[in-house]
Amino acid sequence: MIPFDYHRATDVEDAVRTATSRPDATYLAGGTNLVDHLRLGITSPSLLVDVSRLPFDDIDPLPDGGVRVGAGVRNSDLAAHPTIRRDYPMLAAALLAGASWQLRNLATTGGNLLQRTRCAYFQNPATPCNKREPGSGCSALAGWQRHHAILGASEHCVAVHPSDMAVPLAALDATVRLTGAHGDRGVPLTAFHRLPGDEPRRDTVLEHGELITAVDLPRLPPTTRSAYRKVRDRASYAFALVSVAAALTVTDGVVRDVRIALGGVAHKPWRATRAEETLRGADARPASFRAAAEAELAEAEPLPGSAFKTTMAREALVSVLTGLAEEGAR
Amino acid sequence: MEAEIRLRVDGTTHTLRVDTRTSLLDALRDRLGNTSPKKGCDHGQCGSCTVLLDGRRITSCLALAVSHDGAEVTTADGLAPGDTLHPVQRAFLDQDAFQCGYCTPGQVCSVVGMLAEATDGRPSHVTGELTGPVQLTDEEIRERLSGNLCRCGAYVNIVAAVRQTLAEEAP
Repeated sequence: MIPFDYHRATDVEDAVRTATSRPDATYLAGGTNLVDHLRLGITSPSLLVDVSRLPFDDIDPLPDGGVRVGAGVRNSDLAAHPTIRRDYPMLAAALLAGASWQLRNLATTGGNLLQRTRCAYFQNPATPCNKREPGSGCSALAGWQRHHAILGASEHCVAVHPSDMAVPLAALDATVRLTGAHGDRGVPLTAFHRLPGDEPRRDTVLEHGELITAVDLPRLPPTTRSAYRKVRDRASYAFALVSVAAALTVTDGVVRDVRIALGGVAHKPWRATRAEETLRGADARPASFRAAAEAELAEAEPLPGSAFKTTMAREALVSVLTGLAEEGAR
Repeated sequence: MEAEIRLRVDGTTHTLRVDTRTSLLDALRDRLGNTSPKKGCDHGQCGSCTVLLDGRRITSCLALAVSHDGAEVTTADGLAPGDTLHPVQRAFLDQDAFQCGYCTPGQVCSVVGMLAEATDGRPSHVTGELTGPVQLTDEEIRERLSGNLCRCGAYVNIVAAVRQTLAEEAP
């Protein structure tokens, strides 16, 4: 590990000023991804600005009925919070499906969004990777592709975003609250992460020195039912091959509203807008759900080693929506 | 860069200067001579370095010591005073819940943390009703301990050790 300076931020202004002042400074919160990357040599900042003691550990109601989740709230505490369990079950379920209890006790809301891909080539400094070392090439294109993208990839990068938590947040239309040298802004979660294009080095739209302070969840109608399904290679403690977050509102057998996002399939949590458009106003029946899933996945461009994921995503989506519709009809 | 930090470990307060790169695990083992947390993978994947940080189980290999200045750390070595055994340690012996023993201090700390989470009513990935009470079935125990690997494969008896602890705690 390359030596680095360490600064414990005293307040938000101090954190932003200190991080902005050095081009290769980075923020430290839970450290579950960053410390591993320091050790692997994937990143080598000269300064860590520790934001883990800033007062971002509250979960508060918003005036419009939504909820503001502080960036420092630990994944375990967010999953256990009574409001999240009652009103946003797909978010609680996604958190509980990710990592292990030990990691969730350290990992934060902000850090979860900023975790980097688990692509085996990105994580191995001995192999070419355009995300880690721009211009070096993409090893996955002729390599092991089981955990790679089927949607929105480019010739430069086929990595997927590893977060479970971010998938329901994308479906919910959550907003990421940021503060930086040029002030505060809110970015829709669906616009926070990037597709790789020709600049796979950049995972998000964050500017250098910008800090996540909170994530805002909009209110969901009480009649909405939501669920998270994760498909993986073992029963626990593994990253998703495919995951589905869906929230469904049905009245008199007709889909009034639906929000869907897929995980494990793209460089960002994939909001399934085509499936949603297909479903709004349709009968809440398995045939409609299948048509919606097929509409979404029509543009999938898997690699030979990830081709199974197109079928897996379709079936997972049909299964989750059918389950939600049946639950609502009971 | 170095920094001076204070850690309270198993009831004793220590003040030490550490390189900022030092993990909490290395500080415990190499600086304070507490070798009960083990270095398995050093990547947060195996759980053998599990300790209780301010009462919550964490992987100490992924925690930078400098970031946890002032923390209260409990290792398997400090779960019970002197030569007495914590009920979870006793249950691991009674149920033959280990072979080589390398993962055991992490397993034991993880079980202690897990029991507190369950008492607190925290659901897991396999809990059917997220807002309901938590019943520690075998399936729940396995899911809640999935962050601790045992390459000897003592899992069956580890579940039995947790069941013994639960039976002893029952009123």
